[in-house]
Amino acid sequence: MTATLEKGVRVLKEVIDAPIASYFNSCVHCGLCAEACLFYTETGDPKYTPIHKLEPLRRVYEQEYTLLGRLAKLVGLAKPVTDAELHEWQELVYNSCTLCGRCSVVCPVGNDIVYMVRKLREGMSASGNAPDGIKGAASRTITIGSPMGVKLPAVKAQMKHVEEDHDIPIPLDVEGAEYMVMLSSMEIINFPEYLAAIAKIMRQAGKTWTLCSTAFEATNAGMQIGNSDLARVIVTRIVDGAERLKVKTVISPECGHAYTALRWEGANLVGRPFTFQVKHIIEVLGEFQEQGLLKTEGMETDRLTFHDPCQLARRGGVIQQQRSLMKQIAQDFVEMPDAGFMNWCCGGGGGASAIEEGEELRLEAFKKKKAQLDAVKPDRLVTACANCRIVLEEGLEHYQMDIPVVGLTETIAEHIPDPVNSEGA
Amino acid sequence: MNELQFLTWVRGTGLDIAVAIFLLGVIWRLVEIYSLGRKKDLAAPRHTPGASGWHTIVRRSVPPPGMFKQSPVTYVGGYVFHIGLALIVFFFAPHIKLIEGLLGISWPGLPSQIIDLVTVVTLAAMVVVLVDRIKKPVKRFLSTFEDWFTWAVTFLPVLTGWLAVQHLLLPYTTMLALHILSVEVLLVVLPFTKLFHAFTVFGSRWYNGAVNGHKGVPV
Repeated sequence: MTATLEKGVRVLKEVIDAPIASYFNSCVHCGLCAEACLFYTETGDPKYTPIHKLEPLRRVYEQEYTLLGRLAKLVGLAKPVTDAELHEWQELVYNSCTLCGRCSVVCPVGNDIVYMVRKLREGMSASGNAPDGIKGAASRTITIGSPMGVKLPAVKAQMKHVEEDHDIPIPLDVEGAEYMVMLSSMEIINFPEYLAAIAKIMRQAGKTWTLCSTAFEATNAGMQIGNSDLARVIVTRIVDGAERLKVKTVISPECGHAYTALRWEGANLVGRPFTFQVKHIIEVLGEFQEQGLLKTEGMETDRLTFHDPCQLARRGGVIQQQRSLMKQIAQDFVEMPDAGFMNWCCGGGGGASAIEEGEELRLEAFKKKKAQLDAVKPDRLVTACANCRIVLEEGLEHYQMDIPVVGLTETIAEHIPDPVNSEGA
Repeated sequence: MNELQFLTWVRGTGLDIAVAIFLLGVIWRLVEIYSLGRKKDLAAPRHTPGASGWHTIVRRSVPPPGMFKQSPVTYVGGYVFHIGLALIVFFFAPHIKLIEGLLGISWPGLPSQIIDLVTVVTLAAMVVVLVDRIKKPVKRFLSTFEDWFTWAVTFLPVLTGWLAVQHLLLPYTTMLALHILSVEVLLVVLPFTKLFHAFTVFGSRWYNGAVNGHKGVPV
């Protein structure tokens, strides 16, 4: 089916529910959400005020679901949503929104603005107004299997490399394993150390785990673009894989949106509760730490700080674990201002990093992260999201800041001692 | 119509009409909004203390970390005029008498000098938030006719009430009639403008708290 304005408006009508109606009726135009949005704070342009990004959705709501709005529409006083307008809004709904959710936690009347942006994206996508960058990523995930075009042979090659380099087996399609480990393309291509880290950590913890040949990619561009049909196809692969292998827990990789897609949207996309649990790798590491299954040697001595991925912390509720983990391996762990629940986005979440034409704005917004980093001057920056990592690296390079970015899982794995030889390693 | 007839009308027929539109309007709007419902969240919930709709209804009354210094005028002005309005409406002795006449319940009021002071402060705070709306680029950008109109509709009852009590500008009877009329305009307008946040603010905070509370995030 082709995308049309009619389809887009119909989808917008469908996504409007009581929370959205309540939110639009509560907004008093106080503008506080702007102060929470890095695209406004770093540019000073009022058009980036979060609630303003929802204007097309608000008008559809008013014209379809309120008595006065319907009357206005009847007598021709309502301004209908047009294709040109939705096209213009693309920059506001995608390029300048990373679904970080800061606006939703500051609104004094309680409006969950990011909830509404996510729904507006459904209509944007259905009307053909989603950015090409994310569209491409979504269609590659559907047709090839991953947003970066990675196929199973590439994963197998990576597995082989890790097995050879670290002399550690990487299980594939093991039925009945406790954990099924997901990856993001970024990890397969750019950060193979993640896979090695998982293998070391699982071996030490004595846990069974496996990769899945039919479901290795965790990221979900369908969700980012706002197309639930595509998002469902992608999530269903993972559900099928997990159920086929009868695993207890599926581990979302160091990727924020993969976690949201699987942990919070997944069951709603497939229309039934999962038969397995979903955890972010940081949650699993946190559990291992608590159970004494994560034994590390030595400490990092340089100054480290942690960038909370929005979808993990504010949007996902995992805030303490990464801090306890950092303290186990870092002597000099410092917190940036606003770290944790109120952390500022890297500027490239929610699919934004896939939008080429949004790069200039993204780098402008990165000034927020720069200020946070300047406040604590770390030697290295640790995070737990491959997308944050890439966006952070680009921003740091642009501002000529010499701060390497590393993943928390691999940093921890570096401190896991090799097993004693008696076990035949 | 002389001033006495005017006062009689606003106290009788006028008030009846305004209260009827207000009550029916509120009920209609609440049904219109909340009957839309929402889908059940099928994701396995994570339980965290303090993460629920009820918590957010209370918690969101306080600025989240770091927000106060971003926009102190909004917060201070907002607190002062909301609390001021509540004190004036519910603790000015003549208002309590009116409520007693309508509903048969009453409670002690505040001394009139205190209400006087509260009124002046409230009026000042409302002027400050208006100036802020004109001066701040974001607020001006967001503002539509409705924002200016609802400000005026909220400001006028306070102003005319104060002028009536102080016997200023117009004869008391006329000013009192204007005061009651301005309240009636407010009642009629409230369900159909952003002033309706007086009701939906609780639903909105609850939904936000519940949706995020499902994920174990106290917002």
